[in-house]
Amino acid sequence: MAERVLTGTRVRNRRLDLGLRQAELAERLGISASYLNLIEHNRRRISGPLLRSVSQVLGVDAALLEDGTAEAVLEPLKAAAAAFPAASVEEGRAEELVARFPDWAALIAAQQARIRQLEDRGRALSDRLAHDTQIAHSLHEVISTATAIRSTASILAETPDLDADWQARFHGNIDVDSARLAESSQALLGFLDMEMEAGIDEVSSPMEEAEAYLGRLGHYLADVDAGNVPRFEDVADGPTRAILQRWAGRLARDAAALPLAAFEQAARAMAYDPARLAARFGVPLPVVLRRLAHLPNGADHPLMGLAECDAAGVVTFQKPILDFRLPRAGAACPLWPLYQALTQPGRALHAVVRLPGAARTPFECFAIAGPEGEVAFGKEPRIRATMLVRPARSEATPETVGPGCRVCPVSDCSSRRHPALI
Amino acid sequence: MGQRVLLIEDEPNIIEAISYILSKDGWTVHTHSDGETAMDKVMQGVPDLIILDVMLPGRSGYDILRDLRARSDTAEVPVMMLTARGQAKDREMATSLGATEFMTKPFSNAEVLASVRALATAS
Repeated sequence: MAERVLTGTRVRNRRLDLGLRQAELAERLGISASYLNLIEHNRRRISGPLLRSVSQVLGVDAALLEDGTAEAVLEPLKAAAAAFPAASVEEGRAEELVARFPDWAALIAAQQARIRQLEDRGRALSDRLAHDTQIAHSLHEVISTATAIRSTASILAETPDLDADWQARFHGNIDVDSARLAESSQALLGFLDMEMEAGIDEVSSPMEEAEAYLGRLGHYLADVDAGNVPRFEDVADGPTRAILQRWAGRLARDAAALPLAAFEQAARAMAYDPARLAARFGVPLPVVLRRLAHLPNGADHPLMGLAECDAAGVVTFQKPILDFRLPRAGAACPLWPLYQALTQPGRALHAVVRLPGAARTPFECFAIAGPEGEVAFGKEPRIRATMLVRPARSEATPETVGPGCRVCPVSDCSSRRHPALI
Repeated sequence: MGQRVLLIEDEPNIIEAISYILSKDGWTVHTHSDGETAMDKVMQGVPDLIILDVMLPGRSGYDILRDLRARSDTAEVPVMMLTARGQAKDREMATSLGATEFMTKPFSNAEVLASVRALATAS
């Protein structure tokens, strides 16, 4: 119902922006002004041919007036607002912005996506700078050579009575060191260029490619609800397709255990409570967490993200939402319930957390870890932790979790591994 | 003969430049460029002051510093650490192991000279 309410409001706002009187628009649409008034005040549903006529007259995409397509723009807008709290925008008016100025809203959303992409790239480069031994060696070489040149040049400049032999010797040293500096600088730039040539828009691993593919589908695979496991023929044969097929197989098993219609109905009735849903359907909690995160879009389900990691804490799958996104390089904050769950296998954790500073969205997290797949005597179990994340509805005071030590501003954290770069 | 300083550093032109300015200031400068045999060099004649690079071939300057502080005959020798890394954790590491002074590359000759003089006076 909320969507219908918005549709009328969007029509009204767009009309006012164009300076059209209600009667004028009604006439052009071939309906009475009073009927248009009911539509604009959300007392009559508008759809089909009339909606298309309205969108033509108002010069705006019908989808933006009507349905969840706007959500694709709305979500990054809210993320942008969360990322810049100093701007003090009225977050509640984001929908109005989408309805009245769809092009500008789309531009802000695109910029937000770009910022996120660049931040991810920055994090990846930061990780590389911190851990890549070749880069560390090159940096050391550059600094050491610069030190030698600086020290030698100072002697030459500050010692007017320098012996001719020493002068010649120091000039020779500078010549050698400057050549070394040029070489080591080029080597360093070479490493960094390789990173840049990889392209900002490209993802670097098959797993990230698979996640990006699912992201483009809104993390919903209609085929699995129809009882089929998609083959992903449009993806080049290789590890990315294999990963997608493995994930799809698992989602298909989840769908078989939790049929869509019954699960959606129960989820709404139980306020999307994972524990109650697991009990209701008699399935393990991780199955419910995954199923909730892969429900169809535009069906009024709350926004829900997901992360999974293995026993080493390496993120093996994630569906990011808003400003929730775990670093893949293993430098995540250990305070996320996902990692806390690893230390208490079998125990279901529920926590409200919040990133520090810029990101204001508190998240409600449901996490559990346990063995996955076949369990047998004498065989090491494969442990997996699963965490569902959604914008918090609880009034609980959120615990602070970080984006990763290198970019985390929290100074008094007992879990800090190394100093922050910021 | 002036006071003796041992410079343990693997960059030959840094060795030459620092040796020159310290010699000119009246110090007797000994040099060594290998981490693994650095303690042998120290024990050949304990110097009045040691300038010690962190990143050395064979053995890290931190390990050498730990050994220096563990031995009664070198425990009190002032040690100035040189490093290309200037992060707080490096400074904390050097201090916790007993470094007397810490200098980040690229430094100036004046800084080195001033620190060496200050350490000599303090000891």
